[in-house]
Amino acid sequence: MQTQSEIGYNSKIEGDVVITRIDAALAWFRKNSVWPMPMGLACCGIELMAVGASRFDISRFGSEVMRFSPRQSDCMIVAGTVTYKMAGYVKRIYDQMPEPKWVIAMGACASTGGMYRSYAVLQGVDNIIPVDVYISGCPPRPEAVLDALVKIQNQIGTEPILSKMNVVAQLTGAAKS
Amino acid sequence: MLNLDLANQIKAKFGDLISEPAEFRGEVTVKIADAEKIVEVCEFAKAKLGFIYLVDISSIDNYGEDPRWTVVYHLRAIVNGAEIRLKTDVSEEKSELPTVLGVWATANWHEREIYDMMGIRFSGHPDLRRILMWEGYPYFPLRKDFPLAGKPTNVPDVAFTKVTPLEGGPFVTLPSSDDAIAREPRVRVPENAEPGISDKRLVGNQLK
Repeated sequence: MQTQSEIGYNSKIEGDVVITRIDAALAWFRKNSVWPMPMGLACCGIELMAVGASRFDISRFGSEVMRFSPRQSDCMIVAGTVTYKMAGYVKRIYDQMPEPKWVIAMGACASTGGMYRSYAVLQGVDNIIPVDVYISGCPPRPEAVLDALVKIQNQIGTEPILSKMNVVAQLTGAAKS
Repeated sequence: MLNLDLANQIKAKFGDLISEPAEFRGEVTVKIADAEKIVEVCEFAKAKLGFIYLVDISSIDNYGEDPRWTVVYHLRAIVNGAEIRLKTDVSEEKSELPTVLGVWATANWHEREIYDMMGIRFSGHPDLRRILMWEGYPYFPLRKDFPLAGKPTNVPDVAFTKVTPLEGGPFVTLPSSDDAIAREPRVRVPENAEPGISDKRLVGNQLK
């Protein structure tokens, strides 16, 4: 007579059960699969390409899927000098990205305007879009970009998801009633 | 000597229209008295002297002087490496001279850039739009009376500009044989400076 049914969970085959909160699990999924939107505008864009290439290899951190479509990406890396002529397009591309979304300002120009104290350059991309992580450097080393990515992963890992959705649901529900 | 010979040939052809060629370190400059004649001089230089390559057109703002604008044409002959510089003055009231687009097609974008940055128009140009700034931007930012920090503008749905915080700038380097710390770019405002120092020009070591 068999004492154990194979229909249920078999820990010998499928491994041990890990118990967690669903918020933490969702955050874990999110943070290890950040799809960057490469907003390469100047020389920082070249360093950003180096980050994606084999030597520095951003895929070790789950972000190798650089999408040139804002609809398919969730982290905009603003790499380079944002001129006033370009600023409107940067804002529009950011608006086209689906929530949740994050922004990394890469290098001195994207963070503050850098050395371009002039009539033509936006003095920091945070004038038009919210920035989560700033990277110093002109241009930054690829390691600095990876460090920023790790920082933004840590930030994503602590962001509440379900509780935030509940709040949104309550707000929209209240608006309907 | 080749450059000077070619400049003298232009002088011989056009006479009083052309100034005496000025040579500086092998580079020869001639000044054309009447900007309206620029096309004829350029056609001659291309057809007879072999200057088939227009390297650049640039413009100078002689702010506070008359005539205000100087337009500079840099020509090169590919076959013998000869180079020559043509200059012509344009008054601020007129701010217009004929296009040399019919001589060198590359003049198209050079002239658009001068129009965009300095506001000098080129009569006969088929497509005189701004090339770097956007349509609707109201200023000509390379003029000397335009502040380095810019001016606030807004063209809805196109672009906006704000005044840039210069934080005491402009940051000026000093040409000297001192060490790097003494020469590095710094805010260098003379003690008797008036407000709006960023509009002033640096002449030698002094802000004038």
